[in-house]
Amino acid sequence: MSQKLIKIPFEEYMSPGSVACPGCGGNLSMRYTQKALGLNTMIVIPACCWSIIDGPTPSSVNHVPVFHTAFETAAATASGIKAGLHAQGKDDTNVMAWAGDGGTFDIGFQALSGAAERNEDILYVTYDNEAYMNTGIQRSSATPYGSWTTTTPNKKERPKKNLIEALAAHHIPYIATASVAFPDDLIKKVEKAKSLRGTKFIHILAPCPPGWKTPPEITIKLARLAVETKIFPLFEIEEGWRYHITHESSGIPVGQYLKPQGRFSHLTEADYETIQRDVERNYKILKMKEKMSKEISAMD
Amino acid sequence: MGLVLNEKMKKYFDPETISEIKVIEGTHSASYAVELARVKVISAFPITPQTSIVEKLSEMCDRGELDAQFIKVESEHSAMAAVIGSEATGARSFTATSSQGLALMHEVLHWAAGARLPIVMANVNRALGPPWNIWADQTDSLAQRETGWIQFYCESNQEVLDTILMAYKLGEKVMLPVMVNMDAFFLSHTSEPVAIPKQELVDQFLPPYNPELKLDTDHPHAFGGLAMPNQYMELRYNIQKSMEEADRLIPEISREYARLMGRDHGAQIEEYRTDGADYLLFTSGTIAGTTRLVIDEYREKGIKIGMVKIRTFRPFPSRELREATRRCKKVGVIDRNISFGQSGIFFSETKAALYNSDHHPLMNGYIAGLGGRDVTPTNIREIADHLINSKEGQDLIWIGVKNESKTN
Repeated sequence: MSQKLIKIPFEEYMSPGSVACPGCGGNLSMRYTQKALGLNTMIVIPACCWSIIDGPTPSSVNHVPVFHTAFETAAATASGIKAGLHAQGKDDTNVMAWAGDGGTFDIGFQALSGAAERNEDILYVTYDNEAYMNTGIQRSSATPYGSWTTTTPNKKERPKKNLIEALAAHHIPYIATASVAFPDDLIKKVEKAKSLRGTKFIHILAPCPPGWKTPPEITIKLARLAVETKIFPLFEIEEGWRYHITHESSGIPVGQYLKPQGRFSHLTEADYETIQRDVERNYKILKMKEKMSKEISAMD
Repeated sequence: MGLVLNEKMKKYFDPETISEIKVIEGTHSASYAVELARVKVISAFPITPQTSIVEKLSEMCDRGELDAQFIKVESEHSAMAAVIGSEATGARSFTATSSQGLALMHEVLHWAAGARLPIVMANVNRALGPPWNIWADQTDSLAQRETGWIQFYCESNQEVLDTILMAYKLGEKVMLPVMVNMDAFFLSHTSEPVAIPKQELVDQFLPPYNPELKLDTDHPHAFGGLAMPNQYMELRYNIQKSMEEADRLIPEISREYARLMGRDHGAQIEEYRTDGADYLLFTSGTIAGTTRLVIDEYREKGIKIGMVKIRTFRPFPSRELREATRRCKKVGVIDRNISFGQSGIFFSETKAALYNSDHHPLMNGYIAGLGGRDVTPTNIREIADHLINSKEGQDLIWIGVKNESKTN
């Protein structure tokens, strides 16, 4: 296997010593995202792990202004900040809403949908750890099928909400998935989002050692496996219809990703088969969409 | 107030202070105030009977008469969240709502006050459902008592306009949000002549908003992060201190406004013919206007009765009410609202305010006009007569309820 040299900006916009758990994917997501955004940025954080990670008042690990806001308001508050800055001629400042899966897929979805429909000039990033981790691992609509949580003590019976497709239906300029195991891809996507006006949405899968019941040292490995098993493919959608897979998943069997995680330890071989089948189908759909959008582009 | 008095009319419509007289609804009064205050960001969601506030503002923005960003959000909750964001950048912001919309905002009302953001909001007092009812009732805003918002109640469209301008000045001095309330339809959809003050006078009264702390990439701060038990209480103490400061500033700001514009609506309270009064009726909102008429009638008959109009609910004018009741025998409080299981809300607040006073008049609480039912001069006379004849205080007396003994 040939080695690829990746470039990550050297500048740090987060101080070391945040109170994130060891191996926190959400912490690393912020660090990489900010490397692409730089200092002319403001961050809105609703209730989520990052309400804590940022540090108790008046401290903050971030070197840019942070506004903590109510759980379901990230997109609306970010819209207001953008409007306030615009009214003062400060249009070049990046306004980023930074929310967990609860604040994005669930309680904050209405405000997000509203902001996306209005095409507010904001970047909305969700660091998705696939449950309400800050309150102690309760299921969210981002929790995948089969996962244990404290409120799905057997297993979650419903699949993870396909938020990306819901966002695509809003025809916003840019949507992408990203992973902390692919920092060059993540940073490129944030840079691209930064260069576009309108609503940009980035979905980062953020492994959570306490919630996923995994050792902290395998966070990156798990994030990579999520991509390579096609469970969390890396792609982007422009204008709600131009699909582009940014990293071809190698198609490792899903068991390799699921088995190291305590939250899936009760799954049977039959469950693995069900998940594998769904993953294959979803990836095929994604590939078809990419092919279709290329064909439509060629017709233009 | 005072529209029947010619001398006062002249003062109201002093050509030196006003640019024009418009015959407008209460909702449009609010819109013109927003324009005069040079608001930078508006966010709102339509709800009857607030809609014409935001429709007018949309028109003003569209025509370029008002240089403001208007964020047309998908809910009242998001409207408040959006102006929280814009105000945090240092942009003067406005929203308006009513009833269910205000109830939906409740969580973020706390956030606005806790974040010390002097947003101004017009609320049209409308009943809460079910059953659906779009008419006047103050329970919506009074239920926001503990949110940390300063609250004003208005009697006329002119008072709505003037109070919104004073609200920005006050809020920005004490760094607390301010809610300006008007009764549904009785004000929101009733046209009255309104003096539009000259822009240069408003600019003189209300300088641009320039907060000491704001979201600023040159001076980055984190706002609203976790406060431990060893910090939180002081932040709440500070809000109370700011409310007390607001209580001190309201008369000052009202006087300054009166000096510049020639109109004085009173400060926390307005007393009407209270000189030597044995009996006082406490009112708020449009019921005050009807009550003035009845007071005049009774005074003409030699009955020593007066009215106290309560303009601010937060800060509650305890000191002013103690002073106003120092020499009276009986107080009747008229509430177009109710706290179920207790009484009218202004009544219970007033009673609490007078407990530590050295003078305790007899007190009656009257509930009238819920859900937009007319409170007529006949109703006010009934209340006045009941109060005058009362031998002991009663917390809860229903006025005009069908199939129910009216007063006992």
